[in-house]
Amino acid sequence: MKPKFGVVVFPGSNCDHDAYYAVKKVLGYDAEFLWHKDNDLMDSDIIILPGGFSYGDYLRTGSIARFSPIMNSVIDFANKGGTVIGICNGFQILLEAGLLPGVMLKNESLKFVCKDVYLKVNNKDSLFTNKIEKDLLEVPIAHGEGNYFADEDTLKMLEDNNQIAFKYSSINGDTDITINPNGSRQNIAGILNKNGNVLGMMPHPERACDPVLGKTDGELIIKSIVENFIN
Amino acid sequence: MYKATVIIKRRPKILDPQGKAVEQGAKLLGFNNVKSTRIGKYIEFNVELDSKEEAEKEVKEYCEKLLSNPIMEDFEYSLEEVK
Repeated sequence: MKPKFGVVVFPGSNCDHDAYYAVKKVLGYDAEFLWHKDNDLMDSDIIILPGGFSYGDYLRTGSIARFSPIMNSVIDFANKGGTVIGICNGFQILLEAGLLPGVMLKNESLKFVCKDVYLKVNNKDSLFTNKIEKDLLEVPIAHGEGNYFADEDTLKMLEDNNQIAFKYSSINGDTDITINPNGSRQNIAGILNKNGNVLGMMPHPERACDPVLGKTDGELIIKSIVENFIN
Repeated sequence: MYKATVIIKRRPKILDPQGKAVEQGAKLLGFNNVKSTRIGKYIEFNVELDSKEEAEKEVKEYCEKLLSNPIMEDFEYSLEEVK
């Protein structure tokens, strides 16, 4: 049975079509757009909160989108164990919604950073990662506010529960501060919730699926989700 | 009706890259005595309620739920009666 992806469209989302294209046209799964004013998840099995600038990033990134009608359904879905992945702005929305801990600050450099980075797969047991054989993924980032911040207690909790999914890394797998693109604590690029069914990540796997674009490591994450769903 | 004025401040321990960048500008202009620049938000709005107590309750809830993020920000507000 093929899973169905639901891609939420907020006003200001701009990676919604990339996500839809990657899962439906490149990888061949079922996908549907979900409008932010609706409540209905249209029987989606996996929810994608895409990247972009929902509500113009006003107030704080993700802070207004988090109160969209569709988010009540997404929060409910996530709390019942449904699979949710938030990419870039989607990650910021998950933080504001309280589905993931911490906040996102402006990049330490104050610059919008747009480039390919290496990600160390830090947790290999989650449904998003346990089918990935590689240790490092090459995936693009494109954000101005990806500087993940959480207090020491929260960071310790993330580490103790193995909730850090991806860390910014060098090509050799080093995850020290020198290769950190935005100042995020402990080089965090993506985290999971405690139950492991919600992932937020700043890098864009959906932009690294189509071979025409040169890189295909992003599909490994999506395929991992699907394989876990089928089994 | 009350006019509410809200100030959102970043917690002291949270990095403020914007404040840091602005302070670099201060240095370029020769304001060498300027230190510890922090940038926050100023928000004003009206609350259409007659009771100050109720207005205060509403403003506080609005600050907690949307205007500030308690993980990184503190807020303060004041209310002024307007006719």
